[in-house]
Amino acid sequence: MCTMIVEKVKVDGSGKGTSGWFELEQANVSYDHPFHAALEHALNIDFVNESQGPSARVAVELSEQAARALVRTILEVLDRASAEGH
Amino acid sequence: MVRTDKYEGLLAETSAMPGAHGDWINAYLARPLGPGPFPGMVLAHHMPGWDEWYREVTIKFALHGYITLTPNLHFRAGHGTPEDVAAKVRGEGGIPDDQAVGDLTGALQYVRALLDSNGKVGIFGTCSGGRHAYLTVCRVPGFEAVVDCWGGGVVMAPEQLNPKTPVSPLEYTKDLACPILGIFGNEDKSPTPEQVDQHEAELKKHGKNYEFHRYDGAGHGFFYHNRPNYRQAQAVDGWEKVFTFLEKYLS
Repeated sequence: MCTMIVEKVKVDGSGKGTSGWFELEQANVSYDHPFHAALEHALNIDFVNESQGPSARVAVELSEQAARALVRTILEVLDRASAEGH
Repeated sequence: MVRTDKYEGLLAETSAMPGAHGDWINAYLARPLGPGPFPGMVLAHHMPGWDEWYREVTIKFALHGYITLTPNLHFRAGHGTPEDVAAKVRGEGGIPDDQAVGDLTGALQYVRALLDSNGKVGIFGTCSGGRHAYLTVCRVPGFEAVVDCWGGGVVMAPEQLNPKTPVSPLEYTKDLACPILGIFGNEDKSPTPEQVDQHEAELKKHGKNYEFHRYDGAGHGFFYHNRPNYRQAQAVDGWEKVFTFLEKYLS
């Protein structure tokens, strides 16, 4: 690991991995080298369920700009849902 | 050196070896065919894991005449694709330094014990593997040469230290007992050119045998031909430097 910047958060929900849907248990959020994105460092989110092994993973690798835009969008959607009584 | 008039052959396969704490772990072994004796290499893989690039490079060293062993430093995280396993390790904040040093020391002992070994073993690593390689040669005697390719985190600030990485590798420089070749890109952010300067100054301060090459127009991981940061001219020159250095100290 070259930056070692990582945080974990417990999550409830489902993710669709290579073997289909599975129950999510945790999200690992890191800023480190991506596997695929054409960036030296990326904001990586791995939605995982460690009890099901390393393959129970849904991964995204985002540029910093994209990650910040995603965070804003998630909050906007949640605020709107809350305002509409959901 | 590859020639058109010389027999060559090699064997490459997954194997197993005793690592840190006596744990048996996977390793990828590639070796030239023939009676030898051959010099040996241990490879410390990078953050993306015990992956295809490292298998290719293990074979590359064997093609150049080295018995080469690449331990799976992520073995204890479980099995799956190298990416999935490496992602799990990334989520855990990396592997403990003591464990990496133990695994790489086990690889040294394995290679040196082979009957066709000439008794001289070097170590090569890139990215976190460059850091692990440096840490190992500083803490464990027995290696004859080390190649550190853009090892991030050799220079660590106190706030970066944690139970898995309790000591900045730079602190061990006084104990380095073999020559070191360093390959770096001047556009790298980990290590930065300033951190490479600090590393070089520490080597100089302790009178170590070192050779650093810094490449303009290259950033992190510029040997990785499967990534956009690959830089052809710099990588070709860098590989030449690697094999020239190893021939000098391991033949």
